[in-house]
Amino acid sequence: MLRFLLSRLGQSVFILIGVTVITFALAFLVPADPVRMIAGRSASPATVENIRHQLGLDRPVPEQYVRYVTRLVHGDLGRSYMQKTQVSTLIASRLPATLLLMAGAIFFELLIGLTAGIWAATRRGHFSDQAVMVASFVGVSAPQFLVGLLLLYVFANLLNLFPLGGYGDLHHLILPALTLGIGGGGWYSRVMRSSMADVLRQDYIRTARAKGLKERKVVLVHGLRNAILPVVAMVGLDIGIFMSGAVVVESVYGWPGIGQLAWQAIQVIDIPIIMGVTLTAAVAIVLGNLLADLVTPFIDPRVRL
Amino acid sequence: MSDAWKKFFRNRLALAGSLVIALIVLGGVGAPWLAPYDPHEQFFDGLTLEGAPLPPDAKFWLGTDLLGRDLFSRLLFGARTSLIIGIVANGAAVVIGTFLGLVAGFVRGWLGAAIMRFTDLMMAFPALLLAIALAAIFNPSLWIVALVIAMVNWVQIARVIYTQTTSLATREYIEATRALGANWPRLLFVHVLPHLLPTILVWSTLGIATTVLLEATLSFLGIGVRPPTPSWGGIIFESQSYFLDAPWLVFFPGIAVLLMALSFNLVGDALRDALDPTQRGR
Repeated sequence: MLRFLLSRLGQSVFILIGVTVITFALAFLVPADPVRMIAGRSASPATVENIRHQLGLDRPVPEQYVRYVTRLVHGDLGRSYMQKTQVSTLIASRLPATLLLMAGAIFFELLIGLTAGIWAATRRGHFSDQAVMVASFVGVSAPQFLVGLLLLYVFANLLNLFPLGGYGDLHHLILPALTLGIGGGGWYSRVMRSSMADVLRQDYIRTARAKGLKERKVVLVHGLRNAILPVVAMVGLDIGIFMSGAVVVESVYGWPGIGQLAWQAIQVIDIPIIMGVTLTAAVAIVLGNLLADLVTPFIDPRVRL
Repeated sequence: MSDAWKKFFRNRLALAGSLVIALIVLGGVGAPWLAPYDPHEQFFDGLTLEGAPLPPDAKFWLGTDLLGRDLFSRLLFGARTSLIIGIVANGAAVVIGTFLGLVAGFVRGWLGAAIMRFTDLMMAFPALLLAIALAAIFNPSLWIVALVIAMVNWVQIARVIYTQTTSLATREYIEATRALGANWPRLLFVHVLPHLLPTILVWSTLGIATTVLLEATLSFLGIGVRPPTPSWGGIIFESQSYFLDAPWLVFFPGIAVLLMALSFNLVGDALRDALDPTQRGR
């Protein structure tokens, strides 16, 4: 257990160092000079040099990288060029909306994915199985903006059941979360179906049936516990992916999450924010994977870490 | 192989998908002859008296856009953009992924380890965010968008190819060929690569679906292929703010993207079923 944890932590640290190198390099790919962007067009050469010196951008590149990492270790993601605020403050202010949307999206993904996947796996080869599989393909092939705008048009505009967008109570959450849940649910249901079908072929399931257990209990208690493992790994991955924000859905519904922050920053090429969000997401993806690994032995005691 | 094709042709969904793909290719390639109007012409009678776009009618089959241009003609020409990106971006991703996966799986050692750790690293990046950032930084043309998509999409293919190559590399026939004096490029490209073709075919097909969706998403955000080139995501981007009044401007191109991605997914999945014996019955 400890050994596994240590080796996984080691890997994670390696990946995170790599991520900092790439986010750092991203800043040098940008053709625009950040100093010019801060100083404005009419700034005198002396002011420009002054700002360049203040930001440490006149130092050699390796030294700049070391400074960048040192600040990161102290929890300092730098300061936004445009908004003149700490990036960590900006990200923290978007965190509640992002976490709420993440929870809603994962809820719908699991609801759709588990129901459809189990339904299809217990009716292999039947019409309903094929119908679910076609529906799951439609779910994964539908562009998020189409699903989002369609739901918005039908449920908010025509039926007036939900607000047209914005952030606030549960009413605002349902459509954006459902939009994300439809796409993710499509993947989940495919994974769930094939995993459940494999489990239901195993001997212990036959034993459970032979001793007279109700089919419902066989599938939902004995089957599900093993069959859900690959889905748990997917949730771990999704936690990380949603931490970078759902740019498209947030833009369709005007949801003030990290995705919107990143999108606005990308449009004005506000590098510190882009670097900060990418890094936060990468950390979340690494942690999400680690979390999925740690949860697994609790669901399936045969798995030892 | 003939068994595999029989199996493929018995799959009705895959046939439907192939048909849709054929229609899209036909529509895109034949756009100059098939389109009822010039996609750039702004019709005087293409807008209402108040200047609003027209809903579908007998003259403009799918309605007109905000500038009074025929939506159906624009969709036909937009199919070209999606197809070009689908082929070029995905082709590049497949070539990069296959090459790196092959080398990592066959050469192993520090080079292989370095390549695979790099794919781990890429997996830890939010792909969409990376693509958006890159596309925004490099003022996108058709080719830049294709390049950006290839840069984020090669990773999965590399990992699949890597896994298969490592198992192929330990087979006896490889050892025998090596003993006969074949050098490693020959081993790799003449003796290993042909065995991977079914996998590459499956992933190329599935990859086009991902690519088309990513391109549409970038265009939807306004950082895809630049106007005046019609692209499906771009049409939605232009008309988004008007969408409650003119929903057809969003739904028709959106459904076109959906149909294209769906068809490639169905065909790719059927190919996997037909070509890969370990996936049988899943």
